[in-house]
Amino acid sequence: MLKLDSKIPEGPIAEKWSRYKTGLRLVNPANKKKIDIIVVGTGLAGAGAASALGELGYNVKAFCFQDSPRRAHSVAAQGGTNAAKNYKNDNDSIYRLFHDMIKGGDYRAREANVYRAAEVSNDVIDHFTAMGVPFARDYGGSLDTRSFGGVQVSRTFYAKGQTGQQCLLGTYSSLSRQIGKGTVKMFPRRDMLDVVIVDGKARGIITRHLITGELERHSAHAVVLATGGYGTVFYLSTLGLGSNASAAWSAYKKGAAFANPSFIQIHPTSIPVLNDYQCKLTLMSESLRNDGRVWVPKAKGDKRHPNEIPEEERDYYLERRYPAFGNLVPRDVASRAAKERCDAGYGAGETGLSVYLDFKDAIAKQGKKAIQDKYGNLFEMYEKITGILPYNEPMRIYPAGHYTMGGLWVDYNLMTTIPGLYAIGESNFSDHGANRLGASSLMQCSGDGYFILPNTISDYLADDIRTGKIPTDLPAFEEAEKSVKERIQRIKAVKGKQTASSFHKRLGKILWDHCGMRRDEKGLKEGMVLLDKLEEEFWSDICIPGSEKDFNQELEKALKVADFFEVGRLMCEDALQREESCGAHFREEHQTETGEAKRDDANFAYVAAWEYQGPKAKPKLHKEDLKFEFVELKERSYK
Amino acid sequence: MDFTLKIWRQENASSKGSFKTYPLKDVSPEMSFLEMLDYLNNQLISKGEEPVTFEHDCREGICGTCGLYINGRPHGPARNTTTCELHMREFKDGATIVVEPWRASAFPVIKDLAVDRSSFERIMQAGGFVNVNVGTAPDANAIPIGKLIADKVFDAATCIGCGACVAACKNSSAMLFAAAKIAQYAMIPQGQVEAKERVDKMVKQMDAEGFGFCSNTYGCEFDCPKGISVDFIALMNREFFSSKVCKHKE
Repeated sequence: MLKLDSKIPEGPIAEKWSRYKTGLRLVNPANKKKIDIIVVGTGLAGAGAASALGELGYNVKAFCFQDSPRRAHSVAAQGGTNAAKNYKNDNDSIYRLFHDMIKGGDYRAREANVYRAAEVSNDVIDHFTAMGVPFARDYGGSLDTRSFGGVQVSRTFYAKGQTGQQCLLGTYSSLSRQIGKGTVKMFPRRDMLDVVIVDGKARGIITRHLITGELERHSAHAVVLATGGYGTVFYLSTLGLGSNASAAWSAYKKGAAFANPSFIQIHPTSIPVLNDYQCKLTLMSESLRNDGRVWVPKAKGDKRHPNEIPEEERDYYLERRYPAFGNLVPRDVASRAAKERCDAGYGAGETGLSVYLDFKDAIAKQGKKAIQDKYGNLFEMYEKITGILPYNEPMRIYPAGHYTMGGLWVDYNLMTTIPGLYAIGESNFSDHGANRLGASSLMQCSGDGYFILPNTISDYLADDIRTGKIPTDLPAFEEAEKSVKERIQRIKAVKGKQTASSFHKRLGKILWDHCGMRRDEKGLKEGMVLLDKLEEEFWSDICIPGSEKDFNQELEKALKVADFFEVGRLMCEDALQREESCGAHFREEHQTETGEAKRDDANFAYVAAWEYQGPKAKPKLHKEDLKFEFVELKERSYK
Repeated sequence: MDFTLKIWRQENASSKGSFKTYPLKDVSPEMSFLEMLDYLNNQLISKGEEPVTFEHDCREGICGTCGLYINGRPHGPARNTTTCELHMREFKDGATIVVEPWRASAFPVIKDLAVDRSSFERIMQAGGFVNVNVGTAPDANAIPIGKLIADKVFDAATCIGCGACVAACKNSSAMLFAAAKIAQYAMIPQGQVEAKERVDKMVKQMDAEGFGFCSNTYGCEFDCPKGISVDFIALMNREFFSSKVCKHKE
């Protein structure tokens, strides 16, 4: 029977972490050598944790599916990373960053965790700089910051539009250093397919070597998942194509609770789908909405070139619907409004699934040069992908799945409900509530990996100094490997006609339509029926050419898609039970008269943590009540 | 658009590969090069053939996973563009397109168009870092670095580790890759302490992996999707010579 114990320490918010840390048990240096730790995933969270644990002297085994840890999807983050340094003397503080994150998350995150993330943000910036990460600087040589995501202070550190790349490469270099020293052994090109539980504790994983197809057993005293989010469930998203839910999902199926799966951030300004074979959406910085005006034709199905549509036949729907905020309404509102227009038949482009973002007026007012200075590199990127230069005609944009706030439930130690199994970075649920604040994902991943996990995990490992190596011939390893093998054989044996991608695309469409930016009871229930039907079709018609004992990308894809059916169902289940609108979760039934989200703090100020009950069985809901002792709950208003 | 594709097919590292010709019809000019290959693979699968193996991930030019040798150029005809950012409108309708993996002995072929770039990993592990442990960093603003230097450091640090520089070079030299990392650290105070050891170890590893030397054709700079300058190779050479002059001890 699963029990949620968040282990939030008592005391004033600013002292919780430092007091708690002092009480955590240590493992002495001689004993650390006797302890093995598995880290799965080598993005900012995983590579940070692996290198920090390696520096401490543990034996670390790190795994990634890419050919190199440097390619983990943290690399693609653009905007920046927040820290409460107050370098701009604009009265920023840890408390302000904490407060902004709680509010941005629409009051659905845990206060203690969020405060700690804000607290270690300063250490993260110090460490990155010491490692040589080239953040932007001013002429005096100090680090530059910018404001981001509508907050009132300037606390976002950045490296052009490639902050994620530079932070990840810094972390990758520290990981490489430990690999060279031999404290970390790197296992690239591995998919983690199951977690192994011995006597109730996580003691290892089963992986598939992606080149040879071999199934491998790896044992350790603790297992850390840093496997990212599940946003690729939508098929079309801003994520890398290899990103997937399978590692976290195998943990869920072994008993780890999965929290708030329906909380997924949809970003409003991505380049839309241009052809039927597209499987990836590229983000265009949100800053473009500062000068661009969003519109669609006033007439349904108007297929004229945008420059031929006269002013009076254009509907600047954001300015019309939200006169106070206009084109600068928050992400969720902008995304939902674009979807509404396109669904109603007013969308632009051949597919009708995009809206215009027009710089005509800004260029007329400020001159081309000024616009070029601000957005030149973004315009070039847009041209590279679409062949259109936005100086001459409007950009086309559309919302895209971007980040998952939900994930494996963890306590204050970042441990899941399975003892010895940890989840860090985007793979856990803890810091972003129902909506993530801009520039806080790099910050949280690095904080978890470098500064939080290495402290909390030692308290757990202190009991394992006499355990000795965990043998991989234990029955639990046998069973786990056998079930993975059977699953692969089962999926291979279907010998159907349709590809994994074609199923993924249809699955993504179902979720996008029924569990995307706007949800209602009827749609969610329909979505679940459609998912069941498609899943049945998948298991009777999936086609996987080639052998499972070889480099087989179709098999890799099929195994991931098989899990996405189950992820999708849990997302719908979660969205259905949450009878309120909050952050990225918008229920049609729960909105104000003007169409704003209507939160219900009296009944829904909780974390929804789901417990697996077996295939096809309805998962069990557990609630962790959120207590707000240091922040007052308020309505998020844009008026 | 219609194309004739000549694609390198190779079952595994030890087998002998060869070109296979695939006619492909109705390609949209909006497709990226990789989407065009997805489209081809879909047709191959439906005919019961094995799809072409090629590697990719972010599909927005930043992860460095994809890298194909297209018509004799790494990442194809467009400059400052990775394979995933390359679009079919860059090609003429009816053209024949030759697609190969990176060709270098330090990048052995794994299957079809996928190569093993772990030699880059070992160069990084030899010295591509600053020796700083978690928890020992001073305040971030304690180390001032002028904007002009910082911008130059960024230009070096922007390498995505794709390997196009090696594929472009007739000597299969990895100098641009190694130089970008060495220069990044050589230009900032954080990297000074161990600068001499770093350049020595990384160059040694580069040689051990079987990468060739630089003969100043600048093909690497021309084909680098991030436009990294060969000036950094000059900087690396200077660092290397000075490390020898200083006769540091290992």
